[in-house]
Formats: sequence, C-alpha cells, structure tokens
Amino acid sequence: MHAALSIRGLTKVYDNSFHALKGIDLEVPQGDFFALLGPNGAGKSTTLGVVSSLVRKTAGEVSIYGIDVDREFARARYYLGVVPQEFNFNQFEKVEDIILTQAGYYGIPRRQAEDRAHQLLEDLGLWEKRHDAARMLSGGMKRRLMIARALIHRPRLLILDEPTAGVDIELRRSMWEYMKRINEQEGTTIILTTHYLEEAESLCRNIAIINHGEIVHNTSMRELLGQLNRETFVLDLASPVAQCPVIEGFDVERLDDSQLTLSIDKGQRINDAFARLSEQNIEVVSMRNRANRLEELFVRMVEGSKTEAGQQGGIR
Amino acid sequence: MNSRQMMVALWTIVRSEIRRFMRIWPQTLLPPSITMTMYFIIFGNLIGARIGQMDGVDYMDYIVPGLIMMSVITNSYSNVASSFFGSKFQRSVEEMIISPMPNWLVLSGFVIGGAARGLAVGIIVTAVSLFFTDLDIRHPLLTTLVVIMTAVLFSIGGFINALLGKKFDDISIVPIFVLTPLTYLGGVFYSIHTLPEFWQNVSLVNPILYMVNTFRYGILGVSDINVGAAVGAIAIFIVIFFSAAIWLLRRGKGLRS
Repeated sequence: MHAALSIRGLTKVYDNSFHALKGIDLEVPQGDFFALLGPNGAGKSTTLGVVSSLVRKTAGEVSIYGIDVDREFARARYYLGVVPQEFNFNQFEKVEDIILTQAGYYGIPRRQAEDRAHQLLEDLGLWEKRHDAARMLSGGMKRRLMIARALIHRPRLLILDEPTAGVDIELRRSMWEYMKRINEQEGTTIILTTHYLEEAESLCRNIAIINHGEIVHNTSMRELLGQLNRETFVLDLASPVAQCPVIEGFDVERLDDSQLTLSIDKGQRINDAFARLSEQNIEVVSMRNRANRLEELFVRMVEGSKTEAGQQGGIR
Repeated sequence: MNSRQMMVALWTIVRSEIRRFMRIWPQTLLPPSITMTMYFIIFGNLIGARIGQMDGVDYMDYIVPGLIMMSVITNSYSNVASSFFGSKFQRSVEEMIISPMPNWLVLSGFVIGGAARGLAVGIIVTAVSLFFTDLDIRHPLLTTLVVIMTAVLFSIGGFINALLGKKFDDISIVPIFVLTPLTYLGGVFYSIHTLPEFWQNVSLVNPILYMVNTFRYGILGVSDINVGAAVGAIAIFIVIFFSAAIWLLRRGKGLRS
C-alpha cells in the first residue's frame, strides 16, 4: 500500500542561496494523523509548499498516494486539500461562492457541489453566514471557511498549516473534534503543523520534528513521549505547609504555602510519593503537569539540533 | 481532468470574472461610456464640425471606430491585469495553482473574462455613438473578428503584466505610459496620411494602428494599411503572447517561490 505522502531527498535552495530543506525523507501512512513540528523558519511551510506545488523544489521526489506530483500533477492534486496558514480567499466573495468556486476548479458541476457545500457549511457552523461576504467573518470563522473549502472535493490527504492559530479555546476544541471525525470516519489522512503542542499531542499518532531544514526526529507520538525520563507535576495542597517536605528518592520543591512541585523519574511510582506525603499529614487535592510533555521534548530536541548545528559550524 | 471537468473549471473562472466586473459596474462599465460621450461631443461634434472630412468620411464617423477600439483595448487589458493581480495580492490565486487545472485553462479563463469586459464596454460605447451618428457596418464579420482578436490579445497582455507585477503601481504603468500613447498615436483621431512621411513610417511600427485601421475598415470601408496583413499580424501576436504567458506560468513566475 502506498504512503499517503512520500518525500525522498527533498531539497530546496532559494534564490538567495538559503538552504531551506536539506534532502529530507518523510513518509506519512494512509489514514494517519501526523504532526510536522518545528520552530519558525525550520522548513515546515517550505515542505508543505512543495507538496502543494506553491514552492518549486530544487531536488527530490514527492508522491501522494503513490502518484508523482511532477509526472501526474493533475491526478495528484485531486488527492490533496490544503488549509494554509494565511487567509487566501477573495474577501469580497460570499462564503458559499468561495466554496463552490473551489469545487469548480476541480471540475465538479455547481449543482453537484451544492449538496456537499451545504453539508460542510452546516458541519463547520457556517450555514447562517453562507450569504455573507468573507470579510465579514470572524477570524475563527475564516479558518473554518478554509477547512470547508479544502474539503469540497473530498481529498484523501488534508494538510492543515496551523489551522487553529488565533482561535479561542472553545472553538479550537470543536475544530479538533471535527478533524478527528474526518480522520476516523472518512479515513482522511491529516498532516498538521501547529505551535500548540497540546494540539499535536492530543490529535496526532505520528510526529516528525524538523529543524534547520532537516528531520531531527520521526516517530510515533507514544514512542516520543516514552522518551521522557522525568515528569514534573504541580501539587495543590489542602492546607498550607511552612517548609518543603523531604521525601527520600523524589525531588520536591515548595512553590508557595499551598503548592509543591514533584519530579518523578521513569520507573518511580507516583503512589509512593503520595504515601510519603500522607505520612507527613500533607493532603494533595489536585495535580497537573508543570509543562506540556511534548513541549518539554520539543524544546529539548530543537535545542539539541541547534547545538549540533553550532558544532558543525565550528568545525567548518 | 477530462474534457467535461475542464469545461466546468473554465466556466467557473469565466463566470467569476464576469460577475466581478458586473458587480462593480460603476467602476468598470460606466466610466468608459461617460468618457467616450465627452470624446464624441468635444472631438466629434465641436472640433469635428471644423475639421470636416477625414479620408472621405465625416470626422465624427471617422473617430467612432477608433474610440470603440480604444475602449476595448484599455478595458480588456485592465480587467485581467487588476483581477489577476488582485488574486495574487489576496493569495486566492494559490487555490488555482494547487488545483488540477492546467495552465492554459487558467489563462484562457481570465482571457475570456477580460475579453468579455472589453466587448461589453465596446457594445456600450457603440450604443452611445448611435446618439451622434448612424453606423452602417460594411463588413460585419471582419469587424467582429478584429474586435474579438484585439480583446483577446490585450487580455493576454494584461495577464502577463499581472504575472510580472509586484505591486499595484506595476499594473498601472503599462496602461498609462505604453497603451494610452500608442492608442492615441494609432490613428484613432487622424489618418496617418496627414502626417509627414517620416512620421508615417514611424507610425507603421505601432501595432495598435493595425487594429484600429482594420476595425475602421470593417465599419467604414476605409483604411491606411493592408487589412489582410493586419489580421495576420494580430493572430501572430496572440500566439506569441499566449505562448509567453504559458511559459511564465510554467516557470511559476510571480506565483511560486
């Protein structure tokens, strides 16, 4: 079975000699929910730009569901839907017309496209706004409009480039639900780039981290999170403590009267820590991760690749 | 894409282009009719009465074909230049680039849309001219052919301008500094036979002269140039411009980084 997206030796050198991509290889299986993460300027958008043909590659091969995007460009593009980072629709057109025009570009007759467009408008909460000019929509609605537009021709591979940027939490969560639904029920492969690492952690099964134009990590989310050797929790206490309790084998810090941090290494049991606290008459009422787990790893990996790049620079 | 899907895609672009210029008709269709009415009153009626005849026809009759052609040229060009540049500016062009539409289809859609506006304005200006003169078209088929070919040629020109343009100024430079002078010097208001020989020869390198004169020949039956050669030259220009636009699209000039 062909991969939903296969990238081999992808290189991009811009006219100003900047090496945006340095021969990356990437494979996204069919039906996957895949995260492509990296700091700003790492090469995420260039990679997705090449896949969607908005960026010309310098070298390498890209295929979508086994179809080479250069040799069979038209066939490959039927498989692809793209939700870009920036709003890229005619702000003066009506919401419904934007979606139907997009259907027309794929050769779908207007009458046939109307049913699908109405369904998408309803699913994404835009039905009431269908006759409004796009410029009248809120930021969140504009993002949903771009999702509806990208889905009108039923693509099997959907690229979401920071789809929830600037969207409030409630709306973001409803968009997550929708993305999960089309991934699970319709089998649409989704590639997501985001700066909200919580989003990637809760949605994606596999992940690649790109930095300085190179893939520095490519694995499953579970495996990646399994690399965390230590997690730090913030504990909220039922009654104040005057000084930091000492628990043998665990790192504990006192944040204030009623909050402690507790660091747990791989293999240690959190129950043991709670038992020791209980022995000291310290009752914990709630707890949470101090930082997003993926965020910790991401920072560590990006920092690591920065150091390596710095060392290479020194050798040269 | 199969041929049916291509027809749907082509009609999608043409439809949205026509809807665009119809929606903003006070900016697209009304101004040329007012400007041309001024030309007819001032040049045709007031000044034309003193000039008398040009190439054996009344001056008013003489300038009507040139003014119609001038409207067609400027409107075809500016429609595609502003619409395509606008879609580049708003980045909505990206949706066309990532779609399965071939380059020639995108170009054809915009060109048909631009030609539609050029011809719509041409019809309006023709209707306005009927208040000032009676038009008796001598060669209707040639007249129709030339006006369509001219609208197509300048629509492609507008497309190339929009592709190469990086800012809004870039799409107004060509109409102001190239198209308008060439049109005025292309025999809209005078026969090149009234010029000294040197300037007659200079005028012959102006492509718009051939379009205006062929169109005038179609309506009035008088021309400064060989009509057959002019139609052939316009056709060759269309092929060259179309090929250049396709080449630029294939290279992604102004569209892909």
